[in-house]
Amino acid sequence: MSEAFEPKIVAYVCNWCTYLGADLAGTNRLEYPPNVRVLRLPCTGRIDFNLIVKAFEAGADAVLVSGCHPADCHYTSGNYHARRRWIVFRRLLETLGFEMERIHFTWISAAEGKKWQQVVTEITEKTRRLGPYTAYRDLCEAHQ
Amino acid sequence: MARIGVFTCWCGENIARTVDVDQVSAAIAKLPGVRASVNYKYMCSDPGQALVREKIAAEQLDAVVVASCSPHMHLRTFRKTAEAAGVNAYRVEMANIREQCSWVHHDRAAATAKAVDLVRIAVAKVRWDEALEPIRVPVTRKALVIGGGVAGIQAALDIADAGYQVALVEREPSIGGKMAGLSETFPTLDCSQCILTPRMVDVGQHPRIRLHSYSEVESVSGFVGNFTVTIRQKARYVDTAKCTGCGECWNSCPIKKIPSEFDYRLGFRPAIYIPFPQAVPARPVIDKENCTRLKKGKGCGFCEKKCQAGAIRFDDQDKLVTEEVGAIVVATGFKLYSIGKQQENESRSGYGEYGYGEYKDVIDGLQFERLVSASGPTGGRIARPSDGREPKNVVFISCVGSRDNAKGVPYCSKICCMYTAKHAMLYKHKVHDGQAHVFYMDVRAGGKNYEEFVRRAIEQDGARYYRGRVSRIYEENGKLIVRGADTLAGEPVTIEADLVVLAAAITPAAGVRDLARKLNVGYDEYGFLLESHPKLRPVETASAGVFICGACQGPKDIPESVAQASAAASKALIMLSRDEMTREPEVARIDEKNCAACFACVRTCPYHAIERGEVLTPRGVFVKHTARVNPGLCMGCGTCVSICPSKSADLAGFSEQQIYAELEALV
Repeated sequence: MSEAFEPKIVAYVCNWCTYLGADLAGTNRLEYPPNVRVLRLPCTGRIDFNLIVKAFEAGADAVLVSGCHPADCHYTSGNYHARRRWIVFRRLLETLGFEMERIHFTWISAAEGKKWQQVVTEITEKTRRLGPYTAYRDLCEAHQ
Repeated sequence: MARIGVFTCWCGENIARTVDVDQVSAAIAKLPGVRASVNYKYMCSDPGQALVREKIAAEQLDAVVVASCSPHMHLRTFRKTAEAAGVNAYRVEMANIREQCSWVHHDRAAATAKAVDLVRIAVAKVRWDEALEPIRVPVTRKALVIGGGVAGIQAALDIADAGYQVALVEREPSIGGKMAGLSETFPTLDCSQCILTPRMVDVGQHPRIRLHSYSEVESVSGFVGNFTVTIRQKARYVDTAKCTGCGECWNSCPIKKIPSEFDYRLGFRPAIYIPFPQAVPARPVIDKENCTRLKKGKGCGFCEKKCQAGAIRFDDQDKLVTEEVGAIVVATGFKLYSIGKQQENESRSGYGEYGYGEYKDVIDGLQFERLVSASGPTGGRIARPSDGREPKNVVFISCVGSRDNAKGVPYCSKICCMYTAKHAMLYKHKVHDGQAHVFYMDVRAGGKNYEEFVRRAIEQDGARYYRGRVSRIYEENGKLIVRGADTLAGEPVTIEADLVVLAAAITPAAGVRDLARKLNVGYDEYGFLLESHPKLRPVETASAGVFICGACQGPKDIPESVAQASAAASKALIMLSRDEMTREPEVARIDEKNCAACFACVRTCPYHAIERGEVLTPRGVFVKHTARVNPGLCMGCGTCVSICPSKSADLAGFSEQQIYAELEALV
């Protein structure tokens, strides 16, 4: 019997809102699939979109970026920078024909443990349906 | 090669029930650089921490990973533990295998596999952690207080009494703020002036308080512990050092009919004036808009002739002075929501149907305070502004602008229920045959002796309370016809009133948004300043070293403003009590060799922590421009790192290299 595909999901989250939201999901024992690997950063403003590409290069099947809701940023405006960058980056990826279903951008506050559970569950299920992400690796192999 | 110790915690059964901690320790022990990988029941307990210290010593570890709960729970704990054993505090990482693993997964095999991954990520990260030292910043042991109302006065006195210098900036000619204009205060009916003016005198005479009255903050630069504040001292046309405050000048001024700002235009003042007799400083200013001499450049000059001290300076100009301070307390207070038809710079539609600004006998709560005050334009006799007659029926309307999404602001202004009850009471004490009518939505009287006070207004002083709104006020035969509803009786109410008092909503003082931008402090959609945390850091702001108190943070009454002012003062004192302060060293830095000097980071930094600098040779010859981070200001958000097109910016503790290493550990 072949093993069912279990996606690897990289979540870049900010330290002050989404990370604490994920902690709250734990405190409230809200169960979700174990596929997500959280990388804690101070702020979504720190998330350069190279990091998203790097995550796929490293073998992620989906990437989640999540920070504070607009107006709630611990650093006053980092999330706005992230949002602006995301709008531009998204266009670029669409133009390049990237599978946009593999990138997710949300706001999850420190009070939204339930939302963290829902978002992670949905992304995991969706990525399971999409199957493994191989396009990047295929591209690299084609070049070698 | 780093010498890493990994300490996996059971957290009793919290982790161990779902995660096989032995398997985690064993898997991690195989990673390169890991010299010790052990687990223990409670790693945060004394024996747990002792285990960490023992292993550090025995294996000569230089980096530590603790796999346990959230770093928000115990990172500080384990940093201290490691530091005590000689490992740099910033070479400690945590893997969150409780909140984000054992508590949210049930499948033991999957949870264990994830825990191993999480610890592997942390080990990959810690390898790249640099040894950092807390940033030490010298502190200028002096405070700036902005706003000289009751909150600013309290904060200034507390800081000065503790032994530190204070510069107090007040934009009006005198300190005292809104409270100086109040009649008596709820719930004790103390005379406002009697309790406030001695404090004002204390400020004026305090050897450690420098008062900049009739002044405004022009600009602020620097950072926590080291602010440079430029203050604009507006031209007063009076030499305050020479002036004795004798009053000859204002008594001799021939222009006497200028509506008084202090009396909210119910009384008059001359062109050279002090706002009220107890003003601090007791030094007049000349109102250049109305002074004949200043308008025409010649003539009049009565004040100059009368002044024996020779203190009049018609050629006075605004002066800019600077103050170096370590901490800043903002106490800029409130103004009333503009209730007239004309809504200057307001998106809100106002209450034209109440006739404020149209009928002289429709006034706001602060104007009523002046009518009742012994120091007011009528000497405390309650008289209608239109004809000076004593009103026999007075209607008080609460929530004018408050709790009104359609025309005002959605929030409750908090103090109006109480001052309206007080107004009804004070009115009855002065006009024994008069009747007070109060229209209200709810009576919110939370506070010590507050509810009892409202009951007294109703039961002893006979104020009639109607639960309902007023739809319209119009004038008929010299009376103000107030048409409203009594929703408890279920019927419309019409009152022929002689005077109507509107309890207008509390809004932040004019200009507070500009000030907030200078200080880098956030504000909400109404302009109230934002605290760092609504519960646990209520007087701190996002800008380190800047504290807030009083009504600039939200509507509040006198006792709350005073308590918050003392809180802000104590936070400022914590900073001032040390020669230097330490800050987290996880801040950004620029590779100056690589920097292309595009300054995208300078424009992006929310803290203005990046400056334009120059790279010089050791002999001082200019080489190139570069961006440069001020570690005293940087809060470590990392926005500059992602904006930098030449990859010259990086963030200690969250470097590019570290994140790449974490990603590689994933697969």
